[in-house]
Amino acid sequence: MSSGWIVLLPLLAPLAAAAAGLLAWRAPRIQAALGIVGAGAQLAAGLGLLQQVLREGVQAVQLGSWPAPFGITFAADLLGAVMVVVTGVIGLAVTVYSLADIDPGRRAFAYFPLVQVLLAGVAGAFLTGDIFNLYVCFEVLLMASFVLLALGGERAQMAGALTYVTLNLVSSALFLAGVGLTYGITRSLNMAELHLRLGVVAESRPELVLALAGLFFVAFGIKAAVFPLYTWLPASYHTPPVAVSALLAGLLTKVGVYALIRVLTLVFPPLPGVGTFLLAVASLTMVFGVLGAVAMFETRRILSFHIVSQIGYMVMGLALVGSDSPAVRAAGLAAAVLYIVHHIIVKANLFLVSGIAARLGGSFQLARVGGLAAAAPWLALLFLIPAGSLAGVPPLSGFWAKLAVVRAGLAGEAWWTVAAALGAGLLTVLSMVKIWTEAFWKPAPDTATPPPPAARWRLALLAAPSLGLAALTVAIGLYPRPLYELARRAAEQLLAPSNYVAAVGVATAHDSARGDGKGGQ
Amino acid sequence: MELLLAVVVGGLYASGLYLMLRRSLVKLLLGLVLLGHAANLLIFSAGGVVRGEAPLVAPGEITPPPGAADPLPQALILTAIVIGFAVVSFAAVLARRVFEVTGTDDPAAMENGS
Repeated sequence: MSSGWIVLLPLLAPLAAAAAGLLAWRAPRIQAALGIVGAGAQLAAGLGLLQQVLREGVQAVQLGSWPAPFGITFAADLLGAVMVVVTGVIGLAVTVYSLADIDPGRRAFAYFPLVQVLLAGVAGAFLTGDIFNLYVCFEVLLMASFVLLALGGERAQMAGALTYVTLNLVSSALFLAGVGLTYGITRSLNMAELHLRLGVVAESRPELVLALAGLFFVAFGIKAAVFPLYTWLPASYHTPPVAVSALLAGLLTKVGVYALIRVLTLVFPPLPGVGTFLLAVASLTMVFGVLGAVAMFETRRILSFHIVSQIGYMVMGLALVGSDSPAVRAAGLAAAVLYIVHHIIVKANLFLVSGIAARLGGSFQLARVGGLAAAAPWLALLFLIPAGSLAGVPPLSGFWAKLAVVRAGLAGEAWWTVAAALGAGLLTVLSMVKIWTEAFWKPAPDTATPPPPAARWRLALLAAPSLGLAALTVAIGLYPRPLYELARRAAEQLLAPSNYVAAVGVATAHDSARGDGKGGQ
Repeated sequence: MELLLAVVVGGLYASGLYLMLRRSLVKLLLGLVLLGHAANLLIFSAGGVVRGEAPLVAPGEITPPPGAADPLPQALILTAIVIGFAVVSFAAVLARRVFEVTGTDDPAAMENGS
């Protein structure tokens, strides 16, 4: 457990960069440099952590050297480590993109340190082993995202930020209430210990545990943007600068999905009916998200609705943990993990590319742009890779992710949800084709007002992160086996929480703590 | 005492949600504040309301006396109050800024402003 400090590094690196950046308040250039260093360090630390977890299993560290249920636990299993690595990738890509995308006004108000705070909060949420700390990490990343969303103060931004802040605060209040009730019932907040205690409670008072699970589902469902709690997302994600949209779109809803996975596999015992319920939610999320996208004619709005629809696929994978067959449970969770990784990379990239397209074409409105395929063929290629991947065109990453989800769904005999997944996939192709024909293929309309050409260095800086993410998409597409193996092992670990519990070391501490009358009940 | 707290918490939730559904920025803000208070009081009552002793460990002992009050819910609430304070201050500044930029305090009227 002494080597466990590596668990904290992906959280501490961006936090340190943010703190140092705030000291350099009047020097945005230094802040930007620190941002690159912080995000890079987080990626490196994440990779180191992943390697350690692959080699030695779940890693855990207790702050303050108190034993498990009393100390503050941070723990990394494969899912957490993989998520941290993807966070690092997106953090680095978005920070580099921001160098060319973010205006001096926003930089002067600590844009780069805020991004680092957000990254630290996200990493903290993925690594914490304590449910109250999960709430704290959520608040940290939310606070950073609030400011990032509102920074700049444009009219559209204000209305979007208001919706976003309100709905997320309601979600946090529900989450906090859930945490309080959990403590009242179990006298514990440590997730590993909750796994042991809620299992006991569920035998005598199943309705209590089900109600708690419902509370957590609504709280995380708002954050993950599942049907019918998703309306805040398309109302706000298209309003800030594209770099911010990409960061939020790539990472934040997925933190909600992660929390759902963590809570339903580790904290709560298997509950009756949850699988069926989640399958219904997943189907509706996919269908409503994609239908919303069909009706939109603004690139960022289309992409925002697709986030919702794609969340449905992840929830579908998670829903299969309600299956009776262990093979289906493992296949479903593995598909969900694979889908999350693929989706984060592709969705962030699509936002980045849409930003470059708007910079060249002059607008996000599809009616006002055109001819980009002839004007910038390199950009067309850069768009086609993530767009094809999102739509599930082989051999890109999205094809394998969709295939894994659908195969798991077929094995779990979730016919309706599979039908919804295939239908939503078809409409996703339609949406991507819509952007392609409108922005890239049709001739530029007379009303188009292309802005003055951007400097070469600026375009290179914008294209480089997008190119890197596209390369990742292609690499996963051509050689999916390593990532799928990783997802499969992560799923196996999730389905055998005893490893996690043992690594946190709570079982022994729990036995010795029982005698001392902790909590008086 | 627990029954009273339960009624208070329920009342806070109900009035908070009602205020949030009104079409006014200020009431939205007040609603958020009430929701936060409701959650804090809920933790307090879920933690068990006992007229117990302070959980101080006597010299030579390793555990607090039996029947001592559980300090943890109060620590949680303290953290939640601090976070809530920061978040509500931000929301207040945002609401003011929204009013300045859009010129209205009706959230429904600013939807189509983009």
